[in-house]
Amino acid sequence: MLAMNYRGPYRVRTVQKAIPEILHPEDAIVRVTRSCICGSDLHLYHGMVPDTRVGSTFGHEFTGIVEEVGPMVKNVKVGDHVLVPFNIACGRCNFCKQGLYGNCHESNPMATAVGGIFGYSHTAGGFDGGQAEYVRVPYADVGPTVIPPDMDPDDAVLLTDVVPTGYQAAEMAGIKEGDTVVVFGAGPIGIMAARCAWFFGPSRVIVIDHVDYRLEFAKNYAKCEVYNFKSLEDPVLFLKKTTDWYGADVCIDCVGCEAEGNTLQTLTGRVGLLQAGATTALQWAINGVKKGGIVSVVGVYGPPFNLVPIGNILNKGLTLRANQASVKRLLPKLIEHVQAGRLKPSELITHRVPLAEVADAYHLFSSKLDNCIKTVLIP
Amino acid sequence: MTADNENYKDIPGWGMDADPENEPTYPMKHYTGDDHKRLNYERAAQQPLNVEILQSIERPAPTAVFGTSVPPSGLSGAIRRFAFKHSEDRYRHWLPLILADRINVVEGLIDDIKSGEFPNVFAEKGYKAEWEYNRPAMIKKVFIGAFVVAAICSSLINRKR
Repeated sequence: MLAMNYRGPYRVRTVQKAIPEILHPEDAIVRVTRSCICGSDLHLYHGMVPDTRVGSTFGHEFTGIVEEVGPMVKNVKVGDHVLVPFNIACGRCNFCKQGLYGNCHESNPMATAVGGIFGYSHTAGGFDGGQAEYVRVPYADVGPTVIPPDMDPDDAVLLTDVVPTGYQAAEMAGIKEGDTVVVFGAGPIGIMAARCAWFFGPSRVIVIDHVDYRLEFAKNYAKCEVYNFKSLEDPVLFLKKTTDWYGADVCIDCVGCEAEGNTLQTLTGRVGLLQAGATTALQWAINGVKKGGIVSVVGVYGPPFNLVPIGNILNKGLTLRANQASVKRLLPKLIEHVQAGRLKPSELITHRVPLAEVADAYHLFSSKLDNCIKTVLIP
Repeated sequence: MTADNENYKDIPGWGMDADPENEPTYPMKHYTGDDHKRLNYERAAQQPLNVEILQSIERPAPTAVFGTSVPPSGLSGAIRRFAFKHSEDRYRHWLPLILADRINVVEGLIDDIKSGEFPNVFAEKGYKAEWEYNRPAMIKKVFIGAFVVAAICSSLINRKR
């Protein structure tokens, strides 16, 4: 089968690989119909995530047809068209049972701080991902969800990560009616977080980024205010001024470890790898939120350590909430939002690229060429 | 030293201010109290361990399922094995893994060449997309690169004279 193959930072290609096999009685083999490149895949592509091995296949946002199931699989059958949550969850451990499907304790032997994720390095379990013609899906009774017959498959593939992560970012922010919400990052997750924030009743949603075409897209899609931080002398000072010198009620970090905007953070986090990525957006979120405010983090950072103004979290009495999205928990509500037409995630898709051209697709997305927002690979 | 508090519920005031509503992780987490059962839950069958898995030393056994992609090998594999002797809290876990990743890239190039396939780095870096969508910038970069190389070569030749 054809599969994406990581060769080193900024280098990927397609290769022929063996079709995956059932390795566990609860496995399924899925023939991929659509697979996205996620913004967090770029952290792998840029060599930012430890234990990313040459030869790995990325891809944690995919849909596909069930081709084979293990003997213990009951909830999906051969021929089902399913969307597969990006996190691998057993459904039985105490974390899964309490709804923390993104923190399963039985899917990643390589690290205790993160559950298993498809195609996301050996730090996240060493699973091959869905940027391939076929993929092995463990715990097939728990994660895979049959796509409703009336749902656009392009909407379905974005329900595997982008929509749940954006929604959970807003949910974790504890938004109250009338709040001012600030979202850092106008990538697909930031745009979706800004759109989903409205479900919680704020009076203002502000998105801050430095890429003009993405800010324009966010303004139209999420009906929000947008600002390019390169045109602001100081984003934190701007937030204070625009909130009557109070601070935003909640701030959401949808950027993660490859943030721009602070030379020291860039040099130590992205160039020198002296910390697990640049925490510029998180720093702005902490410093731009009001006292007693909430900072919600869904931006991805590496595991080792980061420079953040922890003293300000203490002194301002902030609540910091963060997690990988619990996709399975959120799916029923989000499917309803999509079916009711309140959310149209597929509008984020700007590029469809054959899997065979995966290297060009990564470069296009990474370099933000051709006004790219979201790229889907078609096997 | 461990506290010998078998009768901890006899401590004056024990539990009287507990508030079940004080659960900041809701709705992400539907707290059930099962955390106190620790790892005593019904576990899925164990996936057969027929490839080398580097397991975090912060857990007692491998997870019921795991990925089998790219087992550790070569020098990078040796470094990864060293890294996994240390907990996820230690720099000596993560920094060797980053080093191993970089060595692994060189190993990948050597493997390619040994198998008779010289990697097409331009294609792997997706420069076709750059040419298609960002041609002026690419041409500029090529000219600057060529100028820098020419300047260095010229400088070296002049030094030799």
